[in-house]
Amino acid sequence: MQEEITPELFEHLVELAALELTPEEGEYLRAQLNKQLQAVHELQAIPLEEGIPPASHGVSYTPESSPPPREDAWKPYPNVEALLSQVPETEEGYIVVPDIPHEALS
Amino acid sequence: MSTPIPFLPAHEIARQVRSGELSARQVTEAVLEHIARVDGIPGQLGGDPQAEPDKVHAFITLTAKRALTQAETVDARIAAGEDPGPLAGVPFTVKDIFTVEGTPSTAASRMLANFIAPYTATPVERLENAGAVMLGKVNLDEYTFGSSSESSAFQPSPRNPWNLDRVPGGSSGGSTAAVAAGEGALSLGTDTAGSIRQPAAFCGVVGVKPTYGRVSRYGLIAFGSSLDVPGPVARNVTDAALMLQVMAGADPHDSTAVTLPVPDYLSGLEKGVRGLRIGLSPDYFRITYPDPQDGSLREEALPEAIRTAVLKAAEALAAQGAEIVEDVPMPHTRYGIPAYFVISRVEAASNLHRFDGVKYGYRTSQPVADLREMYRKSRGEGFGVQPKLRILMGMYVSAAQYSEQYYNRALRIRTLIRRDFERVFDPAGAYRLDALLTPTTPTTAFPMQDVYGDSVLMQYADQLTVPANHAGIPGLSLPGGLDAEGLPLGIQLLGPDFSESTLFRIGRAYEKATAEEAWRATTPKIVHG
Repeated sequence: MQEEITPELFEHLVELAALELTPEEGEYLRAQLNKQLQAVHELQAIPLEEGIPPASHGVSYTPESSPPPREDAWKPYPNVEALLSQVPETEEGYIVVPDIPHEALS
Repeated sequence: MSTPIPFLPAHEIARQVRSGELSARQVTEAVLEHIARVDGIPGQLGGDPQAEPDKVHAFITLTAKRALTQAETVDARIAAGEDPGPLAGVPFTVKDIFTVEGTPSTAASRMLANFIAPYTATPVERLENAGAVMLGKVNLDEYTFGSSSESSAFQPSPRNPWNLDRVPGGSSGGSTAAVAAGEGALSLGTDTAGSIRQPAAFCGVVGVKPTYGRVSRYGLIAFGSSLDVPGPVARNVTDAALMLQVMAGADPHDSTAVTLPVPDYLSGLEKGVRGLRIGLSPDYFRITYPDPQDGSLREEALPEAIRTAVLKAAEALAAQGAEIVEDVPMPHTRYGIPAYFVISRVEAASNLHRFDGVKYGYRTSQPVADLREMYRKSRGEGFGVQPKLRILMGMYVSAAQYSEQYYNRALRIRTLIRRDFERVFDPAGAYRLDALLTPTTPTTAFPMQDVYGDSVLMQYADQLTVPANHAGIPGLSLPGGLDAEGLPLGIQLLGPDFSESTLFRIGRAYEKATAEEAWRATTPKIVHG
């Protein structure tokens, strides 16, 4: 059977997903993706009439069930140090990351 | 012989603590001692999956000191004549996918292994405000991605207290194993495709998937944002109702938490089922799944023991005055899993993009040339294979050139699944059901390592639970007996939007009708050992 996710397409997806995989992981994941897609293909057989809308939620929201929009208010977190202590790398209160790739515009 | 404290119902603990017969501290100490006896080493990064196979291993983080402090606060409030809350002194655990301020909140992933949450999830906060005492954070499938809890990066993963060689189910397997083994009267779980109800069925406990929006998701580390619901795990229906009562309701921190008033779930609990119409559907007595070898679709009837448990429950409810409606068609049930393979992956891929090693969580220690390489290495090292699989699938089926064929189609099929329920619950329709009665799972708890690795077969464990997530409706899984191997059987009630009261009422009537059956007196093996 022809594989839907070819090694080339898989490499592209890994890039899009911002992942780095070991060769073993790559092999396992590509096989599982193809297997899952085979299961998903069952959906193609269902006759779908024109007027059937997509459902992004099961339960619809009504004016009675929906909260009003929240006030757009700034709420400072009381313990900034605790938040910054979670950051992998900081310098003088700034979050440090490696170089951001960029192209110089001429 | 009186029931030992770890096995007292939550409502009984609260009653005794409130009346001064027991102190919250006494309860907490008794349950912590019990945990020390049955749980074994907690799950840890790089832990041996086979370590201490005679223990439950429900926990990732036990917060004993915090629990004792909380218990003392409850006792102090009682001593001061204040109302300690409806869950006073009730010990509970939290699936480690919720944030609790000052505790590790790991999602059972290396990615968040060092993450200390800066705030507390709304459902946890409400339980604690009601006097409940949190014992700690329990294990799960990594980011909730699984149906056996084996994919946790924190090993050993939980075992089923009824048979320690079996999985507890998942992804809330730590929650259900803990409650079944007496490690807390209640646990807070989440259900995206069946992650409360399936492990509840495997572990012989009560599991509730509330209506989408009934309980706030603030502080829940997101998987499928249109499907995720926090919900109770308990040992009986009354306790589950009491727990939901405390957690449910609007929350300014979550705009998807509905503003509808929360009914009193306890007042109608003992009303019985006279006059209620309960449906049975042939579409819930068979499963369709791809053959693990050649991928061809196979349709199978459910095991006889599961079928019999549901039919006996229907008879018991009929004897109490319910009207049983047979042959209710639910034709799109079988498409629940294929549609879920698409919808949940798109939502997961989107939610998991925030884990990038910048502001919190895991960052690679390898040298990197630039930011993009840092993302790739951090995510490559921080995520296990199950999150990676979901991200890749989500990227594929939502890509511009494929989304019409996959994502949009799956969302339209979700409409058909929803319509199946609307048709049978319609008060003016042909069926006019108050609830559907179904099996919770297509099998009983499977052996550890038996299914893990086959992501397709694992997902089909949720075939009978996932339609409720697509439709948003509530579901309740109840213990429905034991099979010939002594493994729990689960039965499920599904009802219209916000019909939790009715489901609890039916569940309670079933409990009473079967109270004298021999299996009700049977307890998990670990409890004796």
